[in-house]
Amino acid sequence: MTAPMRVIAAMSGGVDSAVAAARAVDAGHDVVGVHLALSKNPQTGRDEGRGCCTLSDARDARRSADILGIPFYVWDMADEFSEEVLDDFVAEYQAGRTPNPCMRCNEKIKFAAVLDRAIALGFDAVCTGHYAQVVEEATGERQMFRAVDPDKDQSYVLGVLTEGQLAHSMFPLGDSLKSQVRQEAQERGLLVANKPDSYDICFIPDGDTAGWLQNRIGSAPGDIVDAETGETLGQHEGAYAYTIGQRRGLGVKVAPRDGKPRYVVGVDPQSRTVTLGPPTLLNVDSISATNVRWTGRAGTVANSYFAQVRAHGDPVQAVLTAIEGDGDDAAMTVELAEPIRGVAPGQSLVIYDGQRVVGSGTISSTGSLSRASPR
Amino acid sequence: MDMKRCEVSGNRHPAPLHMFGGLAYASRVNPSQPMSADAYLDHAATTPIRPAALAAWAQNAEQVGNPSSLHNAGRASRRVVEEAREAIAANLGVRPNDVVFTSGGTEADNIAIKGLYWRAIAENPGTSTLVVSPTEHHAVLDAVTWLVDNQGASVAWIPVDSQGLLDLGWLSDYLAVNAKDVALVAAMWANNETGVISPIDTVAELCAEYGVALHCDAVQSAAWLPGPGSWLRGPSAIAISGHKFGAPVGIGALVLNGVTPQPLTHGGGQEIDIRSGTVATALIAAMAAALDEAVRDQAADVARLSGLTRELTAALLTAVPDVVINISDAQRLPTITSASFPGCKADSLLMLLDAANVACSAGSACTSGVPRPSHVLAAMGLSNDRATSSLRFSLGWDSSSADIDALASALPAAVARSRQATSRATLPRSKVRVRP
Repeated sequence: MTAPMRVIAAMSGGVDSAVAAARAVDAGHDVVGVHLALSKNPQTGRDEGRGCCTLSDARDARRSADILGIPFYVWDMADEFSEEVLDDFVAEYQAGRTPNPCMRCNEKIKFAAVLDRAIALGFDAVCTGHYAQVVEEATGERQMFRAVDPDKDQSYVLGVLTEGQLAHSMFPLGDSLKSQVRQEAQERGLLVANKPDSYDICFIPDGDTAGWLQNRIGSAPGDIVDAETGETLGQHEGAYAYTIGQRRGLGVKVAPRDGKPRYVVGVDPQSRTVTLGPPTLLNVDSISATNVRWTGRAGTVANSYFAQVRAHGDPVQAVLTAIEGDGDDAAMTVELAEPIRGVAPGQSLVIYDGQRVVGSGTISSTGSLSRASPR
Repeated sequence: MDMKRCEVSGNRHPAPLHMFGGLAYASRVNPSQPMSADAYLDHAATTPIRPAALAAWAQNAEQVGNPSSLHNAGRASRRVVEEAREAIAANLGVRPNDVVFTSGGTEADNIAIKGLYWRAIAENPGTSTLVVSPTEHHAVLDAVTWLVDNQGASVAWIPVDSQGLLDLGWLSDYLAVNAKDVALVAAMWANNETGVISPIDTVAELCAEYGVALHCDAVQSAAWLPGPGSWLRGPSAIAISGHKFGAPVGIGALVLNGVTPQPLTHGGGQEIDIRSGTVATALIAAMAAALDEAVRDQAADVARLSGLTRELTAALLTAVPDVVINISDAQRLPTITSASFPGCKADSLLMLLDAANVACSAGSACTSGVPRPSHVLAAMGLSNDRATSSLRFSLGWDSSSADIDALASALPAAVARSRQATSRATLPRSKVRVRP
């Protein structure tokens, strides 16, 4: 067992973070529970189905801390969240990209603003209910691996962490199945044992991302065109409502000539043009990413890895073909062994060495053997 | 209980909240660790129950009888309520029939603000202006804001100086011109965050001169001001809260003088039709007992606590030489000290002191538990940095030098650590919500 540490347990009010905190307590650490207030106007609704940010979630977190017998505070991170996550989310969509706000929150809030504050206040680590495993090697180097539960594995959204952040992070659930975690919560008498999981973006509880963006950005109409014929198929109220690979809710009444489904294959924020085409145009064979972060041992050019581009996407074998620059400005390119579909700029590329997270980057462009130019 | 219900996994609601690990509530009432701070410096939030109040409560809680019932048990209960009303009135120096029992200070404030506003506009629709100090407690401020947002009221904010004292010249000028439009004036006796005492008698004289109702929140001052049986009769309505002077939480009163606010709740017509709802005999008896003791000991306690507050100030200055006492130039309660710790964030400092078993306050907290930047300090013109680095230390009837000693020993390390945390923070902090 590691030496006892002073630990901040980030408690969302859900079952995972409650059990994670409980395990940190059991491991002998000195644990303080903290619930993050991320909204200036927390929803007063008593909806049981959510997983963060409502007053009832704050209460659930507090009650779990009571049962664990640990101190509990609410930290106001609403300004930081607004600036680093919400503003970025809007700006990315406005720029025609598809951001992952959960990764952004991990990078800038949970393992940055919260961790910084924790360390400054004399704590050693932040503990969360993420499903991922951290293994300390003989050299003292820490490496992050996929969780044991493949359905819950969250190593992808943690792929944005640097070695330094990882050194102060604790994920006690990585070796367990979700069903075991719920069972354990039940046995511990935690009232959230059967609380439903949260899946949505926490600040868009109804799941209507396009509607949320429209409220923030307003109308920005443009053309919807056919990728193959160049024909204008219709108009849209804002290109930000479209993401590459999207098939539903395209708002086009003209039936496809070949009768086959059409997908969003391109979003150009400058001309506000949304391009639709057949799924073959979505095939991607190479991916370039910027803002590269190495979570553990850095990637090596010419080595073979697995590339993953969404939280529960399938990993695809890939060769790391280039690393350019260093620090925050580093970029990398991978070539995929088999094409994957629907990769949008702004999404995160996480590369794995087997089960080990090597690092991540923000996708800047993609290439395809069947397409002339990267977009 | 049926444990099988709890073992079902999937999207089920948790077990009923009153059940826990198969045990009914009563068998788990005693939490694992009874809390007692080494230094309890948050008496303005709530003060320990006085033994006499607890005894009065227990004695009456065992008696059945609704004070509104017409049988012997009801009459007995009613007698307890009325004797308590008389004792409270005598201790305050008011008439028994003017004491309306409420659930606490917040309800008393709400009845006064909304009830007197409704009464005023019912009689004269033109009187829709509320004249209010911006340093009021949220129980007053938010009632006022609600009337403005929902009932067509308008508000004129009374300017305050750097000590939070009302600009009486402004008030006089304002009333001279606008009295005919005014529903009521709201001005608290002593501020809950800073302890600063308003010259409420002068305010009352001004209001009387212009025939305008005055509501005074005396929640913090009731135990300390002004002296046994000598309550001022100027304000039209005065709010008090039992648990601030040693009664249980859940009981307070609105003391009326020549006004009849419209009720907020409608029902059995208890408390002269102003506050319907079963009258809380045991709580009322406990409040009377607590006030009896508070008034009996007032002179001695004020002297003793003034001395302790001087000790506290000295301890703060010793531990943190650049500490700023936020009220330096005005009369304040013998119990409340608001101090700013340059370079610290109040919420961090509070957490660090809590870890050292020292309980204090960073002003008020919102529903989820986030400390809110103080509107009182903002109204006094304090910078955002000053306001967000301020803590309130408040003493009460059982405070002793041991509290000050524990604070003094915990403070240096906590302040040093909090400063370190502030200097490392790279992101902007929350901004003070300025009212008005």
